[in-house]
Amino acid sequence: MSVRVLEGKDIRRDYHVGGGLFRGARTVHAVKGVSFSVDKGKTLAIVGESGCGKSTLARIITLIDPATSGELFIDGNKVDIARDGLTKEMRRKVQIVFQNPYGSLNPRQKIGDVLGEPLLINTDKPAEERRDLAMKMLKKVGLGTEHYNRYPHMFSGGQRQRIAIARALMLNPSLLVLDEPVSALDLSVQAQVLNLLADLQDEFQLTYVFISHDLSVVRYIADDVMVMYFGEAVEYGSRDEVFADPKHSYTKTLFAATPRADVASIKARLAKKKAA
Amino acid sequence: MALLDIQNLVVEFQTASGSFRAVDGVSLHVEEREVLAIVGESGSGKSVSMLAVMGLLPWTATVTADKMSFAGRDLLKMNSAERRKIVGKDMSMIFQEPMASLNPCFTIGFQIEEVLRFHMGMDKAQRRARAIELLKQVGIADPAERLDSFPHQMSGGQCQRVMIAIAIACNPRLLIADEPTTALDVTIQKQILDLLVSLQAKYGMGLIMITHNMGVVAETADRVIVQYKGRKMEEADVLSLFESPKSNYTRALLSALPENAVGDRLPTVSDMLFEPAPSAAGAAR
Repeated sequence: MSVRVLEGKDIRRDYHVGGGLFRGARTVHAVKGVSFSVDKGKTLAIVGESGCGKSTLARIITLIDPATSGELFIDGNKVDIARDGLTKEMRRKVQIVFQNPYGSLNPRQKIGDVLGEPLLINTDKPAEERRDLAMKMLKKVGLGTEHYNRYPHMFSGGQRQRIAIARALMLNPSLLVLDEPVSALDLSVQAQVLNLLADLQDEFQLTYVFISHDLSVVRYIADDVMVMYFGEAVEYGSRDEVFADPKHSYTKTLFAATPRADVASIKARLAKKKAA
Repeated sequence: MALLDIQNLVVEFQTASGSFRAVDGVSLHVEEREVLAIVGESGSGKSVSMLAVMGLLPWTATVTADKMSFAGRDLLKMNSAERRKIVGKDMSMIFQEPMASLNPCFTIGFQIEEVLRFHMGMDKAQRRARAIELLKQVGIADPAERLDSFPHQMSGGQCQRVMIAIAIACNPRLLIADEPTTALDVTIQKQILDLLVSLQAKYGMGLIMITHNMGVVAETADRVIVQYKGRKMEEADVLSLFESPKSNYTRALLSALPENAVGDRLPTVSDMLFEPAPSAAGAAR
């Protein structure tokens, strides 16, 4: 029996934009009633262009922002941070990795402290134990113990993203939200980080919510795919279903716009160019 | 005769810890009506070599080359005044961040007309007419009204269209596009690439496309140069590059594409770079 780690029912989120001198107040519907569920050890990919509400949804799942309406279940328990606030236990369960590894690490904090901080805030483990756990985690994500006392600027983009992933894993979360984790990275580094994520998922039975606009990455990593467009989920299904038979016109546009790097499509393009 | 011909280009930067060689002996040429793609990861020197051609590098950079000629004129012997007459007119460039490369304090009409005033010496009415025509060409609706917009009033894709309008304003013979679509959504990326390729074909420009995206290469290029750590690893026409890559590095790059994944792990570049090439394909470099 698979265990359902995350479930959202008709999640909505409105932002109220305050009126200025010349403009009345408006309400922006960023997420308009989205439902989804993810089982343990699986990956749900959320795809869409900028402004479609995918990052807002990520913030709701990560319990940073409350939803305006709708129900969110994590590990089977209903969570409503607007009413109940956030417990340490809830904070431990969901962690997030942000898009830009250059912006998400404090430049004045050593890597060891970056990794130890979640433990310091959320647990009462003594300093020595925190240090041991941080060292272990560094090795897990493919870095060495010699990196413990270094600062973020001494690392490359790919290494920083590894650090961000390590920090997210320090509290043994059951759900990891990855907000465009590889879009700032080079192709070869992207492959390394994707491999690391796959290894960690196998080892810890992690559940991922993977936000991306890169369909080739989504096709590689996802089990289920949700396509968002202007705050609505226009397509939701298993990866093979969505890629084999996209239903909504926006999904089709998205597929058509993704550049193809296979020999057959290059041949077709060159033939067309010659004919023109 | 090649439109742009560079032999053995070396660019070095003076840093606190000695000199750093960003481009190490790169030779390339572009013909008229040709699309050349330069592919590489960050730090491969692909942008720096093109900035050297445009003369846009800071004073800490030392540029040397055996030959650097554009349309038969030697760029190395030119003084900066002569160079300014070419840059932006016969040879122009589009940058990665459309929002950052437009000046936020001026209307886009002013920024397009600036090029026309400097290089073409047009009067006010002519400039205005040409700017409207250019905006129409790059596919911006209501061009006449849009001339008075500021960059922040437009989306990223629209800003990139304005950048393209500025770059093609003086009918350049060579257009250099440095990662023109990296900051944009896939659907917008497709539109911008189609626009660039159609303009290139219509005016017979040479186009150099700098990118790290193999998909963009496959969709646009005639010929491809692969760069790694300032060196040229491979040069081939686009079909043979994807069909039978010769260098280990190119092979590694192609196999790191998620769509080419075999099994549930991706081969990474470092896995493959230091392995010997499989038999018949021949040695790299």
